[in-house]
Amino acid sequence: MNPILVFCEQRDGRLKKVGLEALGEACRLTKPLEREIIAVVIGSSVSALAQEPARHGASRVLVAEDPTLAYYSSEIYSTILTEVAIRLQPVAIVMGATAMGKDLAPKLAARLTSALIQDCVALEMDTDGSLLATRPMYGGKLHAVVKAKNPLMQIVTVRPNVFSPLEPQPASDILVERLTIAVNGTRPIARVRETHKTAGGRKELTEASIIVSGGRGLKGPEHFTLIEELAAALGAAVGASRAAVDAGWKPHSYQVGLTGKTVSPQLYIACGISGAIQHQAGMSSARTIVAINNNPNAPIFKLASYGIIGDLFEVVPLLTEEVKKLKTG
Amino acid sequence: MKIVVCVKQVPATESKLRISKNGTEIERAGLSFILNPYDEFAVEEALQIKERLGHGEVTVLSMRSHGAQKPEEALRTCLAMGADKAVLLSDPAFEGGDSYTTALVLAESLRRLTFDLLLFGKQAVDDDAGAVGIQVAELLGIPHVAVVNKLEVNVATRTILAHRQIEGGIEAVEAPLPSLITCQKGLNEPRYPSLPGIMKAKQKPLETWNREMVGLESETVGAAGAKLKVVRVELPPARPAGRMIPGDVAAAVKELVRLLHEEANAI
Ligand SMILES: Cc1cc2nc3c(=O)[nH]c(=O)nc-3n(C[C@H](O)[C@H](O)[C@H](O)COP(=O)(O)OP(=O)(O)OC[C@H]3O[C@@H](n4cnc5c(N)ncnc54)[C@H](O)[C@@H]3O)c2cc1C
Ligand SMILES: Nc1ncnc2c1ncn2[C@@H]1O[C@H](COP(=O)(O)O)[C@@H](O)[C@H]1O
Repeated sequence: MNPILVFCEQRDGRLKKVGLEALGEACRLTKPLEREIIAVVIGSSVSALAQEPARHGASRVLVAEDPTLAYYSSEIYSTILTEVAIRLQPVAIVMGATAMGKDLAPKLAARLTSALIQDCVALEMDTDGSLLATRPMYGGKLHAVVKAKNPLMQIVTVRPNVFSPLEPQPASDILVERLTIAVNGTRPIARVRETHKTAGGRKELTEASIIVSGGRGLKGPEHFTLIEELAAALGAAVGASRAAVDAGWKPHSYQVGLTGKTVSPQLYIACGISGAIQHQAGMSSARTIVAINNNPNAPIFKLASYGIIGDLFEVVPLLTEEVKKLKTG
Repeated sequence: MKIVVCVKQVPATESKLRISKNGTEIERAGLSFILNPYDEFAVEEALQIKERLGHGEVTVLSMRSHGAQKPEEALRTCLAMGADKAVLLSDPAFEGGDSYTTALVLAESLRRLTFDLLLFGKQAVDDDAGAVGIQVAELLGIPHVAVVNKLEVNVATRTILAHRQIEGGIEAVEAPLPSLITCQKGLNEPRYPSLPGIMKAKQKPLETWNREMVGLESETVGAAGAKLKVVRVELPPARPAGRMIPGDVAAAVKELVRLLHEEANAI
């Protein structure tokens, strides 16, 4: 039967967790040994990474390694994957809905004229190999279940933190195959000149399993330290509402919501955030939501798993203390 | 510099949505519609580039993707902001498609226009796909940079330098013109249409093109050409009922930490 291809993204020599999540889901979609699960890793020095997909369910790992692949290029990556797809005829090509995946998948789908399913949160496979994919729309207000008309080369991105990787297994005799990279040099292409890291090696929101977010209730940028201290105690990433971002308290890369980031952490703690529908659009799929707000009628409480009605200036520092106690205790 | 901006009309973001009887789409009657928020950034950027250079032309393009949609309103908004002319792509055959068929119609239409730069929104906040711009670039064989929050256009070298958001940082990407950009919040502050702008917009050219004029066969576009079909739309699974933690703050916080640790397994 046609295999499932999983593109396991790496940046700076590290595989993204979402690639392993995608592999885990690919394995669950098919009976053992019924379809081959083939991982693809692309980058400048990535041979050492080939074991990891194999330990997480891939029966074969294809590696495209070249110094010119140090930076992501949608043109070159999609050329490599197109070639692999035409050769192996996968039912689906699955990857993480990351900055890279969401850029690559549409391009690949257009090139292969195949169905594109972005940002899935649930997957099932029909007997014909076509996927029944659930994807949030309208900022998460609705879920659409969609199906490709042609069950071949369906291109799927999966939302980070939603699917689980398999328990790692020792990989005994995995097949690592090197891909030759023949890129047509005649097309004009966009090239990454450099990448800049956000100052302070801040935890990335979309990848964090815990997020502490602050809103207008913080009353000023200086009070974000309260949020940062709680986040540090929890090992969490820091987020912000649009009101806090528009006020200039935090850069846009912190914004959660419709015009910010969509996050799916295990735990989301909203402090001084009212929970407007546009904020919910970015965080309503968090597993556990905590709301801290002094207005009992704030819409965030409708969403919250746990709520404390109170002054965040009082609640948040106490919470930080209690968390520290738990961690050291 | 000739710039074309592709814009979509979407339901206002605060809309309460109802599922239609057939279960595969939303009930559009009674909804109010807006210009897609990310497309506002695209229009604003086009206008600013033109203003900076002191010359150029900004064309806005929109395809009606559903019978009840009124893209001409979104186009008028763009004209009122300052765009020079508008093209509406409207044909029953275009309706009910997916990202791919939308990209196909837009790409074929764009071949009939001249441009140096194409601007799109990062994503339409109805289907939330974030795909059409990237797919148009692929169909036209031009480079794209997606999710851009800073853009420099160098007319002399006919190149652009764009910053795009990635996890934990940014990528600085260079591309030759013609190129396609998808716009992210942070790129600029979209202007509101002024009253004189709104008056002037009424005189500005708005052409309508149908399928024959775009030159596509009906089986390749709309619902017929779509690669995907919607099986059903449903409400997201209801969140389990939440719990307010009562008591004085110190006790409530202790209880919260206990619940997060023992019940939710979250910390
Ligand atoms: C097209 C569009 C896109 C948008 N995109 C986004 C988006 O991506 N993300 C986003 O967040 N918003 C977005 N918004 C804005 C959204 O509608 C809200 O305006 C915004 O989320 C409000 O931010 P906030 O909750 O921080 O502020 P507010 O709504 O002002 O809420 C502040 C909250 O803090 C509470 N508070 C005040 N003082 C204290 C205290 N001492 N202790 C405890 N609680 C306190 C108040 O009770 C209140 O609930 C968008 C809006 C539109 C129209
Ligand atoms: N029907 C349409 N007409 C014109 N532009 C569109 C249309 N649909 C999508 N776009 C453009 O493509 C972007 C991304 O849309 P999407 O891929 O649907 O999320 C939007 O922000 C618009 O710039």
